[in-house]
Amino acid sequence: MSVVERQGWDVVVVGAGGAGLRAAIEARERGARTAVICKSLFGKAHTVMAEGGIAAAMANANENDTWQVHFRDTMRGGKFLNQWRMAELHAQEAPDRVWELETWGALFDRTKDGRISQRNFGGHEYPRLAHVGDRTGLELIRTLQQRIVALQQEDFAATGDYESRLRVFQECTVTRVLKDGDRVSGVFGYERESGRFFVLEAPAVVIATGGIGKSFKVTSNSWEYTGDGHALALLAGAPLLNMEFVQFHPTGMVWPPSVKGILVTESVRGDGGVLRNSDGKRFMFDYVPDVFKEKYAETEDEADRWYEDPDHNRRPPELLPRDEVARAINTEVKEGRGSPHGGVFLDVSTRMPAEVIKRRLPSMYHQFKELADVDITAEAMEVGPTCHYVMGGIAVESDSAAARGVPGLYAAGEVAGGMHGSNRLGGNSLSDLLVFGRRAGWHAAEHARGSAATRPVVDDAQVDAAAEEALRPFSVSGENPYTLHQELQRTMNDLVGIIRRQGEMEQALQRLAELRVRAARAGVEGHRQFNPGWHLALDLRNMLLVSECVARAALERTESRGGHTREDFPGMDRAWRRVNLLCALAGDAVALSRETTAPIRPDLLALFEKEELVKYLAEEELYE
Amino acid sequence: MSGYEARFKVWRGDAHGGGLEDFRVEVNEGEVVLDIIHRLQATQAPDLAVRWNCKAGKCGSCSAEINGRPRLMCMTRMSVFTREETVTVTPLRAFPVVRDLVTDVGFNYRKAREVPAFVPPAGVGPGEYRMMQEDVDRSQEFRKCIECFLCQDTCHVVRDHEENKAAFAGPRFLMRIAELDMHPLDAAAESGVDRKRTAQDEHGLGYCNITKCCTEVCPEGIKITDNALIPLKERAVDRKYDPLVWLGSKIRRRSSAG
Repeated sequence: MSVVERQGWDVVVVGAGGAGLRAAIEARERGARTAVICKSLFGKAHTVMAEGGIAAAMANANENDTWQVHFRDTMRGGKFLNQWRMAELHAQEAPDRVWELETWGALFDRTKDGRISQRNFGGHEYPRLAHVGDRTGLELIRTLQQRIVALQQEDFAATGDYESRLRVFQECTVTRVLKDGDRVSGVFGYERESGRFFVLEAPAVVIATGGIGKSFKVTSNSWEYTGDGHALALLAGAPLLNMEFVQFHPTGMVWPPSVKGILVTESVRGDGGVLRNSDGKRFMFDYVPDVFKEKYAETEDEADRWYEDPDHNRRPPELLPRDEVARAINTEVKEGRGSPHGGVFLDVSTRMPAEVIKRRLPSMYHQFKELADVDITAEAMEVGPTCHYVMGGIAVESDSAAARGVPGLYAAGEVAGGMHGSNRLGGNSLSDLLVFGRRAGWHAAEHARGSAATRPVVDDAQVDAAAEEALRPFSVSGENPYTLHQELQRTMNDLVGIIRRQGEMEQALQRLAELRVRAARAGVEGHRQFNPGWHLALDLRNMLLVSECVARAALERTESRGGHTREDFPGMDRAWRRVNLLCALAGDAVALSRETTAPIRPDLLALFEKEELVKYLAEEELYE
Repeated sequence: MSGYEARFKVWRGDAHGGGLEDFRVEVNEGEVVLDIIHRLQATQAPDLAVRWNCKAGKCGSCSAEINGRPRLMCMTRMSVFTREETVTVTPLRAFPVVRDLVTDVGFNYRKAREVPAFVPPAGVGPGEYRMMQEDVDRSQEFRKCIECFLCQDTCHVVRDHEENKAAFAGPRFLMRIAELDMHPLDAAAESGVDRKRTAQDEHGLGYCNITKCCTEVCPEGIKITDNALIPLKERAVDRKYDPLVWLGSKIRRRSSAG
């Protein structure tokens, strides 16, 4: 058997973005010895890319805001497919999670009376997003990172060792969740720097690895987003939920090619930016769907008045949920009314003075100036849809964040499914990370305590198999992992992208099967020390597995809803609202199954008008 | 502008040694240095080690020295160089090399742990924090820091003086102290921590002779020297030489301890 370093911990958190760090803080504060593993350096996780803000009904900017209104907006945004108990917990607990950040040193932008300022965003009825300019994700990650350091300082004072109770293993990748029978027993991984293998033994593992965007060509996601956690859960026997729902953010950069896909924050629209086509027309007025007709302005005058007087005017259609705006842009470009580089125009320059733009949107100003030679205070940006977020994910219990079917496995943040239904509202991601990161850490710590007397045992055979799997790229040859990755990205982008058709998805599944065969021959040069070719060869397994889940589920769901648009089934079908699609592994193959969702609790249904529910719910649900 | 073939020199090697390796590589319109490094990986040097993450100037991972100047590779446009120019990419000089362009930046994480954390004010609960925008502006400027460690790399106190590393936190973490010191609600003083004094006595503020090299390389445009280090020096000096301040701090500490 291979010689692999082993350590024992109570809770292991895989991923050090917002959800992972919040989980680790909670687990450590509840007494569990906690290890965090992350692929990048500590503090560099993809959460830093979040720009707009954290949605929480604190009612600082509009006193009518409550958790019930936030819940309603979230359900509408997700087209009622949300795991409603998660949406409820999220709306109820988000304010506490934001306020808690202030006690750890976060500095949000302020209102005139010194409270946390809140801004408008798509799909949110009131200004609800706590923010710091357009770099809110950085503030979140830094605050959590500094909270971790603060806890380590406490541990140093108590034990003389900063890492005695909470340790970050940075630049390490987990390739397998290990099991003792049904239960989680730990993780197997490697240090990216040295290539050395290690095992962390633990009765509880929290997966918080984020998303899957690196399987698509045009994406706002960083290299880390290779669907690791989704694949780890699948391989450990946990199912994935509703993987067909992938959010294409309406506004990514489109030019120059090397920055195509980089995010342009929704705050640009929340603060007054408008979308125009090549005719100079604000086209979003033509794309308000029936379910939202009463809530959005019908004229430019009314839309413009809303910024100053939201109580007596309806909001501009630029602030529809992201799926609606992305589809509209896609249509404009396809019908020949796009910008020179295949996007549409997003303009703030004619809407706000230059100083206001620079103050409210500093990183957008910087990003366009540095990367595209565009001065957004003087000219319009060119933008188009970019793969941004996956609503699907590990199927979890709402209250505990426990993965279904695998005792000891938990999931939080983007990698978990259910919370956002078929489409996530902007700002609901950072609050999701905090609310369910905390819950995952809490329940993982309790699970670990309950397992203290009967700790699971790591099986040597599984460790050997994991080591062998990880070394395989050094003993095969014939395929270049970089080439395979590019082919995968093209396949998903072109065939399972923003608009989907049956024939193309069938073609995608065929290509994915071929790529899987070829990936087994993906070889690498050099040795194990910081070898990016090797890392990519190992990540391919995860990207291919997850991509297959997306394609299979997308082919199965014969309707259009949220982040899943079928050209051959353009309408939303009320019969599909109660259907969850689950992907699980049967041997090597992805097996798809359907389940009926639990009925929404009557007191939550009572928050909506009957006329609205009729649009979403099937007859039998309405009269149950 | 159409594509062209550029000349690159990239440092390759590890802790035992290494040297510059020559490459000729395609460059297209709008590309940045990191794009070119990625193209080298995909086509010529699959095991070329480089750290990166967001590729949008927000995470601070892809720090390196380009033609000798500390920069983010993702924010350095190829258009700033002429087509004839050879572009030389080397790892950060102030930190030990791990492999190729990847260095061991552990120094920074050790220094981060030595700065006492934010101390929440007693009796102010979550949701009760009230701060005016003008009072948080300055600390917010410092919190724009993406921890790329370019300032730590360029600072001459440690750049070629390994021996100073033990006593000197570097611009990034002296700025962190300034950030906490200027936080309107930080209660460190009440808990017996004098941030100004520790900046001077424990984190090596005195080594800084305000040459502003850190400010010059900051990709976020933070005025590290003018807005963080000089004010911190002024406050630390007041603290150190003003006998009344000294006496006041002793009395306050005693009373809060009792």
